[in-house]
Amino acid sequence: MNTKAQKEPLIHLTKRGAMPVYKAMIIRALAVVLALIVCAVITGLTTGIDPIAVYTSIISGAFGTARKTWITLQDVSILLTISLALTLAFRMRFWNIGGEGQVLMGGLGAAACMICIGDRLPAPVLILLMLISSLTLGALWGLIPAVCKAVWNTNETLSTLMMNYIATQIVLFFTILWEVPKGSGKIGIINQDSHAGWLPQIFGSKYLLPIIIATAITVFVYIYIKYTKHGYEIRVVGESPRTSIYVGINVKKVIIRTMIVSGAICGLVGLILVGGINHTLTATISDGRGFTAVLVSWMAQFNPFAMILTSFVIVFMDRGAGEIATQFDLNQSFGDILTGIILFFIIGCEFFINYQIRLRKKGHREA
Amino acid sequence: MEHGDIAVRMRGISKRFDLKQANTCVDFELYKGEIVSLLGENGSGKTTLMNMLAGLYYPDEGEIQVGGRAVSISSPAMAAALGIGMVHQHFKLVDVFTAWENIILGGKDYDVQAAREKIRKICDRYGFVIDPDKKIYNMTVSEKQTVEIIKVLYRGADILILDEPTAVLTPQECERLFDVMRNMRSDGKSIVIITHKLNEVMEISDRVVVLRRGEYVGQLETAKTNPQQMTAMMVGHSVTLDIERPEPVNPKKRLEIKNISVTDIEGVKKVKDVSFYMNSGEILGIAGISGSGQKELLEAIAGIQKVDEGSVTYIDEDGNTTELIGMHPRDIREMGVALSFVPEDRLGMGLVGNMSIPENMMLRTFGESHKWFTDRDKPRKVAQDVVDVLEVSTPGLDFPVRRLSGGNIQKILVGREISSNPKVLLTAYAVRGLDINSSFKIYDLINEQKKRGVAVLFVGEDLDVLMQISDKIMVLRDGEVSDIVDAKKITKNEIGMLMTSTKELK
Repeated sequence: MNTKAQKEPLIHLTKRGAMPVYKAMIIRALAVVLALIVCAVITGLTTGIDPIAVYTSIISGAFGTARKTWITLQDVSILLTISLALTLAFRMRFWNIGGEGQVLMGGLGAAACMICIGDRLPAPVLILLMLISSLTLGALWGLIPAVCKAVWNTNETLSTLMMNYIATQIVLFFTILWEVPKGSGKIGIINQDSHAGWLPQIFGSKYLLPIIIATAITVFVYIYIKYTKHGYEIRVVGESPRTSIYVGINVKKVIIRTMIVSGAICGLVGLILVGGINHTLTATISDGRGFTAVLVSWMAQFNPFAMILTSFVIVFMDRGAGEIATQFDLNQSFGDILTGIILFFIIGCEFFINYQIRLRKKGHREA
Repeated sequence: MEHGDIAVRMRGISKRFDLKQANTCVDFELYKGEIVSLLGENGSGKTTLMNMLAGLYYPDEGEIQVGGRAVSISSPAMAAALGIGMVHQHFKLVDVFTAWENIILGGKDYDVQAAREKIRKICDRYGFVIDPDKKIYNMTVSEKQTVEIIKVLYRGADILILDEPTAVLTPQECERLFDVMRNMRSDGKSIVIITHKLNEVMEISDRVVVLRRGEYVGQLETAKTNPQQMTAMMVGHSVTLDIERPEPVNPKKRLEIKNISVTDIEGVKKVKDVSFYMNSGEILGIAGISGSGQKELLEAIAGIQKVDEGSVTYIDEDGNTTELIGMHPRDIREMGVALSFVPEDRLGMGLVGNMSIPENMMLRTFGESHKWFTDRDKPRKVAQDVVDVLEVSTPGLDFPVRRLSGGNIQKILVGREISSNPKVLLTAYAVRGLDINSSFKIYDLINEQKKRGVAVLFVGEDLDVLMQISDKIMVLRDGEVSDIVDAKKITKNEIGMLMTSTKELK
């Protein structure tokens, strides 16, 4: 027997029970402060630029002008809405990583209405048709993997992922079909003169609509999961499919129903992007946010209100990164490094919330 | 009693989890070549104490000596180095690996030939029967357990801890396990067995150590004690170990099962042409080796399992009949047919581990109303009632049930089924892994239902209990009804014969 076995080890990890919310929040806040300090040190060492100036620049990148602030909020809304859509599936342990494709298909639905019938219908009817077609196409892109899962028990992670590529190719096909001018490979701004199918401005602001929709959907998803029968079924199916069968829940129905809702919300985001913000359709309109949303949802531990915060952190850092890249002549990757460090601390601090660390007692040392 | 050399001494061990003091200043001793039963009610800290010996937890206070030397066991690897091995209630095996691959896993020695030879020697020495090339997912619970024990011995353990090893075994498998344990004892190994079954304690162990609410209460020599004394020590007051059997009052036919046959997903016929009926105010016990079609039969009645042929007819108080086959499980439940099946892992059929007690109560009733939102007040009240009446020990209603002890989880499951005021109660393994006190509470509950006029179907493992509580006993053998007998007029031996004998012998 070696002597090592005799000594009490320096630290022990024990799992904590529930921690008071305020305490957990203090730990998370400390993690952010620590992350900022580490970022500052790394910035100072590698670039020689005053870290305070970098931080100021990040903040001004996100909130420097009224317009920048509005765009930041708009981006948060978009990311948040996609995250909420995915969360519905995630609570069911259905790993929908097809947000990207569902958003694209929603966008395609809106663009198709604007291009094909935009000039012939009054605005309210057109927008209603756009809404229906975006929701339907988004829902369809959620429905297909759901049916495969429910009927043949296929792996939803693979099928939702592959649906993204199909969506991209379909959008590319229509881009060529609808390109203006011919040979440019782009659709360009749709209905630039008539503004047909452009979503209305709220109180004269074009930024407000996504924010209002995101707020409404946050509340909806929270209530839907927590208080409705559908939400209850989602949670039971997610936690224990076997129990669901025992209590007479139709698991297939729940999977299909939930993915229709999840896909439809993504489709709605496509509508906002095409009809409200970009007024055009490209294959990159979702810009990877279908995947970023997976991170947002997990970081918030599937809590809709916590997602407001996590999506904000990501958008804030992303916008800030762009700003420092131009202002200090660094490339965009440097901002990504800082984002990475901050995310590492935020995710890592959960360890200290879940586990307790006990140091060896001094008196026992020579036992 | 003469003791050999000391193997393990634990002194003044305390361990606290967030909300619960699991062990308070416990002393425990284990000598070489003895089998000690660690006895205590659910949640009395038996498993926690042994986990500290096995290196899974680290004690807050106290000292552990192995072979007379103070040691500090901070990991299972360190425990293994000290010759301590534990077989947990939930097996920790890689399903897609074979038996021998699992056994050598985690060791440093990957010489396959030598390893196989070593495994063969261990099997020969202690009388294990196992096919080393069989994959884990093809194994029965008993085989998996054997692999776990060999794994521990392979790593050179002299001190074995078995946490409720018999909870999921058939009587025959138990006997085989006990034979192996006796062989190990005569080989000088020390064994701690955690169990709730007092007849097993009497049969296998040399000494009994009793814990109550995390504290050491005392120890007894098995030869000089009896179940009554052990129970009194465990519970803290004396308990009568008789199950009452009230006479059925005005029994009427409530459920008639005719020629039911069930085939499972793999195409194996699990239930073959089974017919019987259940009376109101009567308990029909079902005996049989586990896997003889009990589960499929109950699930068929509850509408969860597809039926090849046959009928299940429900007859209400006024004599109106309803055919249950083909109805939605939820509708069957609303007719008053309640099913509580306690699976081997306790969760997974009927409860959701991460949900609170009220949310688990809701599982049964949430579909009844046709509103969009769930009713949250009524389940809360039901939850409070179940917690109060069954004395469920929990820090609060909103505590996830996964983190309650096994016995408390079962009380919630059975309590929920009873709270729905059923007309027919189907219950399987209701006291699986429960301590004496909780078991008797459940028996009382079932008897209360009987007195209310409920037709009860009771699937049990313990023949003694089955014979005491049932009015009639139906014996299943390989999916067929072997016989239906009067519980008062049959002996344990006769039931055993009915469970195993083949048709030709009959």
